[in-house]
Amino acid sequence: MTEQGIGAAVARREDRRFVTGQGHYTDDINRRGQTHACFVRSPHAHATLNGVDTEAAGAMPGVRGIFVGEDMAEVGPLICGWAITDVNGEPHRAPPHPALAIGKVNFVGDAVAVVIADTLEQAKDAAAAVEVDYGILDAVVDPATAAADGQIQIHETAPGNLSYEWAIGDRAAIDAAFEGAAHVTSLEFANNRLVPNAMEPRACIAEYEDGTGDYTLYLTSQNPHVHRLVMSAFHGLAPEHKLRVVAPDVGGGFGSKIFIYAEEVVLTWASRHVGRPIKWTAERTESFLTDCHGRDHVTEAELALDGDGKFLAMRVNTIANMGAYLSTFASAVPTYLYATLLAGQYTTGGIYCNVKAVFTNTVPVDAYRGAGRPEAAYVVERLVEAAAAETGRDPAELRKINFVPSDAFPYETPVVMQYDCGDFSGSMDQALDLAGYSGFQARRAESKAGGKLRGIGFSSYIEACGVAPSAAVGSLGAGVGLWESANVRFNPTGNVQLFTGCHSHGQGHETAFAQIVADKLGVPYEQVEVIHGDSAKIPFGMGTYGSRSAAVGGSAIVKAADKVIEKGRKIAAHALEASEDDIEFAGGNFTVTGTDKAMNIAEVAFTAYVPHNYPEGLEPGLDETAFYDPLNFSFPAGTHICEVEIDPETGSVSIEKYAAVDDFGVLINPLIVEGQVHGGIGQGVGQAMLEHAVYDGDGQLISGSYMDYTMPRADDVPSYDVGFNGVPSPLNPLGVKGCGEAGAIAAPAAVMNAVHDALREVGVSHIEMPATPLRVWQAIQDAA
Amino acid sequence: MYNFEYKKAGSVDEAAGIVGADDEAKLLAGGMTYIPTLKQRLAAPTTVVDIGGIGGLDGIAVDGNGVTIGAMARHAAVAASTDVAAAIPALADLASHIGDPQVRNRGTLGGSVANNDPAADYPAALVGLGATVQTNKRTIAADEFFTGLFETALGQDEVVTSVSFPRAGKAAYMKFPNPASRYAIVGVFAAQAADGVRVAVTGAGPCVFRVGEMEAALAANWSADSVANIKVSADGMNEDIHASAEYRAHLVTVMAKRAVAKAG
Ligand SMILES: Cc1cc2nc3c(=O)[nH]c(=O)nc-3n(C[C@H](O)[C@H](O)[C@H](O)COP(=O)(O)OP(=O)(O)OC[C@H]3O[C@@H](n4cnc5c(N)ncnc54)[C@H](O)[C@@H]3O)c2cc1C
Repeated sequence: MTEQGIGAAVARREDRRFVTGQGHYTDDINRRGQTHACFVRSPHAHATLNGVDTEAAGAMPGVRGIFVGEDMAEVGPLICGWAITDVNGEPHRAPPHPALAIGKVNFVGDAVAVVIADTLEQAKDAAAAVEVDYGILDAVVDPATAAADGQIQIHETAPGNLSYEWAIGDRAAIDAAFEGAAHVTSLEFANNRLVPNAMEPRACIAEYEDGTGDYTLYLTSQNPHVHRLVMSAFHGLAPEHKLRVVAPDVGGGFGSKIFIYAEEVVLTWASRHVGRPIKWTAERTESFLTDCHGRDHVTEAELALDGDGKFLAMRVNTIANMGAYLSTFASAVPTYLYATLLAGQYTTGGIYCNVKAVFTNTVPVDAYRGAGRPEAAYVVERLVEAAAAETGRDPAELRKINFVPSDAFPYETPVVMQYDCGDFSGSMDQALDLAGYSGFQARRAESKAGGKLRGIGFSSYIEACGVAPSAAVGSLGAGVGLWESANVRFNPTGNVQLFTGCHSHGQGHETAFAQIVADKLGVPYEQVEVIHGDSAKIPFGMGTYGSRSAAVGGSAIVKAADKVIEKGRKIAAHALEASEDDIEFAGGNFTVTGTDKAMNIAEVAFTAYVPHNYPEGLEPGLDETAFYDPLNFSFPAGTHICEVEIDPETGSVSIEKYAAVDDFGVLINPLIVEGQVHGGIGQGVGQAMLEHAVYDGDGQLISGSYMDYTMPRADDVPSYDVGFNGVPSPLNPLGVKGCGEAGAIAAPAAVMNAVHDALREVGVSHIEMPATPLRVWQAIQDAA
Repeated sequence: MYNFEYKKAGSVDEAAGIVGADDEAKLLAGGMTYIPTLKQRLAAPTTVVDIGGIGGLDGIAVDGNGVTIGAMARHAAVAASTDVAAAIPALADLASHIGDPQVRNRGTLGGSVANNDPAADYPAALVGLGATVQTNKRTIAADEFFTGLFETALGQDEVVTSVSFPRAGKAAYMKFPNPASRYAIVGVFAAQAADGVRVAVTGAGPCVFRVGEMEAALAANWSADSVANIKVSADGMNEDIHASAEYRAHLVTVMAKRAVAKAG
């Protein structure tokens, strides 16, 4: 390890501009002649559109254009990019999702029209003057009953409000295993619906240049090339080479900025029609109403155990709420990112999972930090903990006897995953230590003396990062490949520009990726600049989500760096008058083996650009691009242990201790990793105790502002005890696994298991997330 | 925001004159409540009269009777005032738990009481201490000032200029915050006030109210146990996703008990 290479806790270079207010976000950009868009949105969850009268609005000051769905019919509906094949071998039902509603609105916030005017206030005034004649219909809101007989139908092309019923596993074999079980644990619970709440709301500016026919779209995107591809290939807005997508500084995404939304499609299309750049920035209320939400499952789950406590089989039925339409990657979340993780860290004999994806009159639901894996970890870890309590076993011990042993890798699960490596017991032991497990009973007694209830909860999660390889995901229905690109470009003076297809919106790539380059090429860290987010600059890339950037994007960087070294070796061999085979590369120097004859990589770069003394036939320049398609997912895993204290009089839950031991393989920058763990746990604590997107029976979002939607605050979360037990992944050149989502995946089960443990004493056996004071108090009353 | 005229008043009389002459004109103090209302286009005033520039409206004065706090005094100033902390510590404590630092540095006493949000903290202190509200026209006893949900006794041409809080014996405020907004789900101010024991409850109902049964019990015996078993009815209590009426009614007892315990 060098001082600022792989493994060094380098402070994030991007923080200076972010914390001093010098970031450049989409809304900070202003284009000459820029106009502003305001969307007319449905106040009803479900209604026919009987007419939209834009005449009066169109005559208002400053208005440049008003468009409704029919005006842009040529653009086609928004797409879902992952086709699920259902239990009958049929493709999922993905009813058309026009960017501006045609004939019908299906959720509160559905865009009906767009008004473009010289100022935002003028656009708002005119939007208020657009008259929409709605024929109000009853709304379908509750996912649990959305597919029930006699339910109101939302889409003609999705009978029973069902997008698909999908299943994995051999039902008959699993049923038989349950027959022979010594004990069966059964639970029913919801995985609560969440609003992503990126600090920066979604925003875009679309610009068309008549002189060249070029479009530029500035956009809050986690994957600018994916946006460009879909908008070109599916919406025909502009061919790819005429559409530049720029995602500048982006203030958080958590998945919500992966998707192709109505607003960017409408603005890009409209920019040509009005002949002016158009800006739109979501107001916070719009973010609540129109950003894709996360989670929202209703699940019945069962675990069968033999007399020794070994897990024989698991049976899971889940209803997943898709919202009103199938969003960009929505279909993959409750299937391939969920059911495939139900083995957890265990050697469970067989698993069957059935998923019904239903439509409701709510905003679409799609990937949100963890995407399917938090839901899976919650199912597995709630079941295991309940089984331990029911069979009188120590929850840590029950886990240990069922862990995949460290010598069993690669390990094939019953749900089509092949785990590459891990040390589950080691992480558990380390976590028990960090958590002070042996002292828990004493702490519980102390709490009891003070009239409080104390509980401890475990979460031995596993997740899958860096969705891959492309051929495998393609066979499962993905519409894209999931490789990554990197371009390492030396300048003649020896410094480096790294162009990556990943996108940093809080992850710290500008620091961590520079560390990889510095480490691999021996270039000083300060001399490496990381460039991302602009389709006109970077190679085609797939963007950032699913904790893929280190494992996939980082590996692409290593491959590109290897190419640089290979070429550099030729240049050095020529200059040093040695055979290529005799050239060694280390610490930024090409050395002739066994001599002190050496050439620094900066000198090699200079020679490459000023090739006066140069190998014959070799191209000038030192500029290498690599594309990396992973061999498999990576599998971060670990054990989190949470300890809570509950005030039974008010129902308030406070987290007293939280220990996390994670296996992320090799850590590129432990400081950044720890930050990701903290942030992830914070979001997981939010899901477990605070956050809940609540719609009323009419489909109105009741928790539509921070007055009612509880974001975790500093005093809601404890100080974390974080440890690492990294087993390097053998499947990628860095040995990394991915750390961005682990906290959000592990924490909900750890917190809720602790809450259940504390409440068991007062007879409460079940409580849903979020465990708010009201719910906890009510559960205690009901049990009394 | 809709367009409106912005006027910076130089005196209370000028401000009162403008809002008195125009029903659609509105006062602006710290703007923590009113500016979001404007931004969301939930109000369309003709004129917004900023009273923030009027001299002398933000004073904090202590005498033998109690504390008089100017309408423009920020929550942060009240929370940090050593005079308030010495005279009526429970009042400084209450102010320190309003909102967050940004809100406390902008929000004002006058704005809070004039707005009379059912979940606001100050109304509990005013009623719990038997305070009087001074306007440009008259003084109004706290018991008469808060008249209903977002309703007060203030006339259209009336500006709150200060609030006088009489000294109390033992007193404390306990707040059970709404997890999202951190306003009060239930806040109870219990005090041996100048005119007898007072127990004022905010957050639970549409408007701050007193609990006579608790006051009587505490007058007889000032101890947490005196109120521990006094239940208030859930009828008419607020209900939302954070708290049912029953839960709020229950919390009134718990917070009352804890306020008395905290008061010592
Ligand atoms: C995020 C957030 C959290 C908050 N949390 C809490 C909390 O925990 N507890 C709590 O109690 N409050 C809370 N508040 C409200 C805060 O205390 C406000 O500041 C207060 O309600 C209004 O005061 P203001 O000075 O901002 O008034 P403004 O917003 O300027 O005015 C509010 C209303 O009062 C009128 N008004 C203002 N001054 C006068 C006057 N002198 N005479 C007559 N009428 C007047 C105005 O015309 C307007 O109608 C919170 C606010 C926010 C934004």
